[in-house]
Amino acid sequence: MWENGPMKAFLGGVIVMLAVSIGAFYALQGLDWSSANVYRSENVRL
Amino acid sequence: MGDRDARRRAFAAVLSLLLLLPLAGPGPFAAAALAQVPPPEALKESPVGGAVPGGVLGTTSDAELWRSLRRGITGTVTIPDKKAAQLIQSEGDNWRALRNGPLSVYGVRFLAGVIVLLAVFFLIRGRVRIEHGRAGVTITRFNTVERMGHWLIASSFIILALTGLNLLYGRYFLPDLIGAEAFALITRYGKLAHNTVAFAFMLGIAWVFVAWVRHNLPSRADIGWLLRGGGIFVRGVHPPAARFNAGQKIVFWLVVLGGLSLSLSGWALIFPFTTHMFSGTFAAVNAVLGTDLPTALTPVQEQQLSQLWHAIVALGLTAVVIAHIYIGTLGMEGAFDAMGSGEVDLNWAREHHSLWVKQEEERMARKAERSGGRVFPAE
Repeated sequence: MWENGPMKAFLGGVIVMLAVSIGAFYALQGLDWSSANVYRSENVRL
Repeated sequence: MGDRDARRRAFAAVLSLLLLLPLAGPGPFAAAALAQVPPPEALKESPVGGAVPGGVLGTTSDAELWRSLRRGITGTVTIPDKKAAQLIQSEGDNWRALRNGPLSVYGVRFLAGVIVLLAVFFLIRGRVRIEHGRAGVTITRFNTVERMGHWLIASSFIILALTGLNLLYGRYFLPDLIGAEAFALITRYGKLAHNTVAFAFMLGIAWVFVAWVRHNLPSRADIGWLLRGGGIFVRGVHPPAARFNAGQKIVFWLVVLGGLSLSLSGWALIFPFTTHMFSGTFAAVNAVLGTDLPTALTPVQEQQLSQLWHAIVALGLTAVVIAHIYIGTLGMEGAFDAMGSGEVDLNWAREHHSLWVKQEEERMARKAERSGGRVFPAE
């Protein structure tokens, strides 16, 4: 099955999906949200 | 006795005087209080037609103030977030009513309707078989890179659809089914997965677009294919089709354009208040169609429209994908091989993609001529 490719293509697609998702998760964690969330009290400057 | 009676009468008279005195007219304290009541002219100008006890708000009542706030009156603020100038955004009521009302109700009816239609079609038509039986010879339909792109977009869409449907409908039945705590847990992590897997979906859209766009441009054969219903309604009918038939082309463009639209509205939801897509879109629509759609949308209205549009497109695309999964698995014999192994039976290919098979055979013949021998499809 692996030799013929069905599992290779399927698992390849799933692995890419997981890799991009995990990368996106960490990228979102590292973002500076202060400009987007100006409504948050800690970002309010009087 | 006479003196005693006289004293009683005098005491009663003094007591009566003390009791009746306040009723005789305004005293000094009462006069001071009345002095604070606005003059009759002011009362006539009052929007509520009366004064407020204490005069705290002048002639404007609390009810009037709260009514204005409730209707979405906007003031001014000096903090960076100008949205804070509006305490109550009344359009939020419309958004919530639409989301929890017609959108949810018609959405679930639509999905259920599609599933019922497919079930009825399956009961009537049955599985579309390879009419001439399997040839035992296969032809390569999709290579590994193409199938990887398909499974990338497929796996991400299934996760997005399930977690998205949970956000829209989960609350109505899952807490009773699995408990409130379990529902809260899967919803929390489902939302997290939705926001991150979305980027894999975006990559998948780009992937399949690059891989297949040249095969999905409209052609003359598509008209004949559509007029004959793709041959799936009547046995023995096989309208000619190239590598992608008209039905697959429709699915391709719905997925690409719908996926792009989902990605844009999803981006607006992941990064709130950073985009103004609906204002721009409405302005463009107004310029082209001459409509009068609102273009001065507040950031909150932008978010609400993004959410509604995201849900509508997602429900539509989910229906398309359900039909796609049906015809690719249960509905048609031999179809899954195209995305499974990538090798399809030659008879299946001749029945459903005759023009493509002809092209492939000509290509292989040319290749054989160049190499001085014959090349057969894979077995």
